Amino acid sequence: MTLGEIGEQTVSTAGGVFSAAWLLIVFPLIGAAALLLGSRRLDRAYGVLGCMAPLASFVVAAALFVAMLGREPEQRAISVPLYDLFAVGDYQVGVGLLVDQLSIAFSLLITGVGSLIHVYSIGYMAHDENRQRFFGYLNLFVAAMLLLVLADDYLVLYVGWEGVGLASYLLIGFWQHKDSAAVAAKKAFVVNRVGDFGMSLAVMSMVVVFGTTAFAGVFPAAADASEGWLIAIGLLLLLGACGKSAQFPLQSWLLDAMEGPTPVSALIHAATMVTAGVYLVVRSAAIYAGAEPAQTAVVVVGTITALMGAIIGCAKDDIKKALAGSTMSQIGYMMLAAGLGPAGYAFAIFHLLTHGFFKAELFLGAGSVMHGMNDEVDMRRYGGLRTVMRTTYVTFAAGYLAIIGIPPFAGFFSKDSIIEAAFANNFVAGLGALVGAGITGFYMTRVMLMTFFGERRWAPDAHPHESPSVMTVPLWILAGLSLVGGAALLYVGGGIVQWLEPVTGEEHVELGIPVWAMTLVILAVVLVGVAVAWQIFGRQPLPVTAPAGSPVTVAARRDLYGDAVNEAVFMRPGQYLTRSLVYVDNRGVDGAVVGTASAVGQFSSRLRRWQTGFVRSYALSMLAGAAVVVIAMLLVRLP
Amino acid sequence: MFAQAVEAAGHTGEAVVFWSTAPIAVLSALGLVVARKAVHGAMFVAVTMICLAILYFSLEAPFLGVVQIVVYTGAIMMLFLFVIMLIGVDVSDSRVETIRGQRVAAVLAGIGFGLLLVAVAANALVSEAAGMAAAQPEGNVAAIADRIFSRHVWVFEVTSALLITAALGAMVLTYRERLFRRPSQRELAVARFRRGGTAASPLPSPGVYARHNAVDTPALLPDGTPSELSISPVLVARGTVRPAEQEAAQIEQLEQQVVELTGEPLDESTRERP
Amino acid sequence: MSPTPYLVLASILFTIGGTGVLLRRNALVAFMSVELMLNACNLAFVAFARMHGDIDGQVAAFFVMVVAAAEVVVGLAIIVTIFRTRRSASVDDASLLKL
Repeated sequence: MTLGEIGEQTVSTAGGVFSAAWLLIVFPLIGAAALLLGSRRLDRAYGVLGCMAPLASFVVAAALFVAMLGREPEQRAISVPLYDLFAVGDYQVGVGLLVDQLSIAFSLLITGVGSLIHVYSIGYMAHDENRQRFFGYLNLFVAAMLLLVLADDYLVLYVGWEGVGLASYLLIGFWQHKDSAAVAAKKAFVVNRVGDFGMSLAVMSMVVVFGTTAFAGVFPAAADASEGWLIAIGLLLLLGACGKSAQFPLQSWLLDAMEGPTPVSALIHAATMVTAGVYLVVRSAAIYAGAEPAQTAVVVVGTITALMGAIIGCAKDDIKKALAGSTMSQIGYMMLAAGLGPAGYAFAIFHLLTHGFFKAELFLGAGSVMHGMNDEVDMRRYGGLRTVMRTTYVTFAAGYLAIIGIPPFAGFFSKDSIIEAAFANNFVAGLGALVGAGITGFYMTRVMLMTFFGERRWAPDAHPHESPSVMTVPLWILAGLSLVGGAALLYVGGGIVQWLEPVTGEEHVELGIPVWAMTLVILAVVLVGVAVAWQIFGRQPLPVTAPAGSPVTVAARRDLYGDAVNEAVFMRPGQYLTRSLVYVDNRGVDGAVVGTASAVGQFSSRLRRWQTGFVRSYALSMLAGAAVVVIAMLLVRLP
Repeated sequence: MFAQAVEAAGHTGEAVVFWSTAPIAVLSALGLVVARKAVHGAMFVAVTMICLAILYFSLEAPFLGVVQIVVYTGAIMMLFLFVIMLIGVDVSDSRVETIRGQRVAAVLAGIGFGLLLVAVAANALVSEAAGMAAAQPEGNVAAIADRIFSRHVWVFEVTSALLITAALGAMVLTYRERLFRRPSQRELAVARFRRGGTAASPLPSPGVYARHNAVDTPALLPDGTPSELSISPVLVARGTVRPAEQEAAQIEQLEQQVVELTGEPLDESTRERP
Repeated sequence: MSPTPYLVLASILFTIGGTGVLLRRNALVAFMSVELMLNACNLAFVAFARMHGDIDGQVAAFFVMVVAAAEVVVGLAIIVTIFRTRRSASVDDASLLKL
């Protein structure tokens, strides 16, 4: 049965293993419920319980993937209706899942990398007394993200969208006894609300324009909709994506989100949360196809964020914040690619997947370093760790080579594809992406050198040691994926571009120069960045306290004044507004209400004096009343 | 018009009855308002009611006149007196008005309302009395009975129910449940001795001075002072106690009289000396 | 004889009774004043009965007497109860029903 068209293929109903797709979401949900609502005694088995759910989901996702491989490329989008949420007149909302090439790729990434992060967390959180709650939140996070990518309706997607926001809030503020963590969680939530606001407006606009929010209803109709509406919806979706993916101008929460435990950072940056914005833009390809200005906006946002994140990453001494800057930058690359339309969608997803591998690797490696260094995050207190933490060093190096794009590591293939596609479409965007690649080489080399090379600048009480195997095994797996993931995705079985083609469409734009020349240019730029970094940080000893630095460094240390701008433009006027509203409420509204009440009260207390309790006073008033009645009767009868 | 009515009334015996009874009724009604003691007030009301009964007779309503005397003066006023006795005849109102402005306002309202009513009654368009002869051919009692047991029989039955309810209500209201066992005479005596302060013997009897029986005169103590305990507190409240000082001053003279009458010298052991 | 003098007398007695209720604090006296007012009404009833030559006025006065008797019984019981708990027959002392 044909349910409609999504992308360039028809959607068929579920059957066989696909009808069990809902288990993907239900497993982590059950895990979260059991861990969060269950007895404290479950704490003893926290690791098994916490990891079981994402692993089970991964098995389901793998089974779905294999089943999908057995189908014809045009038959791979499967709709799994679950139940009807409600129906008002002609407007119906059904809860259902859409299992297609895009969502299965995401599901594999989320459950696969997510499972590795869960396993890693067993070791990382072993000494935290609230680890049961932590794993419950992690499971909730995975469940919400899976609902987000598997939904077949923007309204259901929105549920997962909010669930991701909630889970990230809970996890960033997991150590809520620290003021900074509580504030960071609140900041992430508030900034995400701004994005969610755009997202909800986009969904409402869809109801207005298309009369439905289901993918199957929206995408075919998008071709006939007016361009104005499509641009509006596209920009609103972009606002939502900016909030969730920490893109300019809603990037400020991501750096503060490092207050959460390191596995959370890995989960947010690699497998869930920040990838949601890219997913949203790619999934809404049909809408962006008819809204070129919105696409341009996506490209602009992506390019700005890619450069901003890279610059911020250069100046941070906190290893996690440097990596967070790099995430911003890499997500910027993906948005840039997604903004290129069908020419870039597949590359965006490609880079998203490889980035999921190596960024998880980098964060977990950073977590391993912190684990061995008494939770020290300042890289100026690291140095020379390669001899004492060999496994971490080797695996981290794999992630490092992958992110700067050295062949044959994963990032090389995906980033090259994006830069080439960018140059083919727009020279400015391509140049931005190229410069960004150079800066990436610089700051990642800086992180590498400051952490693992040079003299030992450890704190006096630091005794670095290698992490337990429950943490290093995921590192090894991710290092392997960082090494081979890119080539495998690009070449095995036709590659990811061909795999995603039914969903995203394909459009090949010829580059002005040969591809090998472009690759050489990119490699050269990256190597220049690496060389500059080695010149600055590798050849002379590093001071333990940060030097004052140039104005650019100062600006980058302060997140390029993103918080200052937010404060000046939104926070202060908002505070003034609320204060004046409070004043009006206290003096004006309350004054009127309280004044009326006290006036009535005073009048009543005057009136109360008539109520003496003396029967004789009452009798007197009765007599007076009787006299009045007699007089009234006389007056009536007189004429 | 009022003057005309007076003129017309002046010629008949009824007028004589009215003009001799009405002032008494009004005066004793005023007496109720001004009397300090409730007992006096009750007496004044009784007089007013008897006057009204007389007026009923002259208004050709002999049954009501009899009922007025039997029920009101005989039963209701007796009930009032009984209650006055119950809660203390010595209770009398103080003349100080406690509610500010109440007395002035009440007098003004009363006079105003009274003038209004009198003006209305005097100016009412009334016809000359038709007389009851036609209405009660077989006598007053038979006519009333005929009307009560025919047209107003339902009202009559309801009032009987009302009376029974009222009797039951009075019983419920005045019934007091005894919370503790009534103390026996022995326990009362023990308690009195425990309490102390009073003499163990009976209270002194009032002064009896061989001249007359004087329950209203306090006995004299050996030092010549009158004993408060020897007379009833009710008499003190009524203010009808005779002073004993007079008797005390005449003790020498009394002794002389006793010696003269008996012809024997007074036994020194029985002499009371201040 | 015209009923007018009787009506005027009834008015005066009624007013005196009403003034008594207002002026006297002793509950028994106030109550007797109420009885006086009822009697004044009865007098008017009987006077009107003769004016109209109809026995109904006397029947009404009769019923007033019955009801007054019932009222006196209950009223005196209340006064006795109040006196028993408060040791006072003053209507001003029972002035708790206020704010």
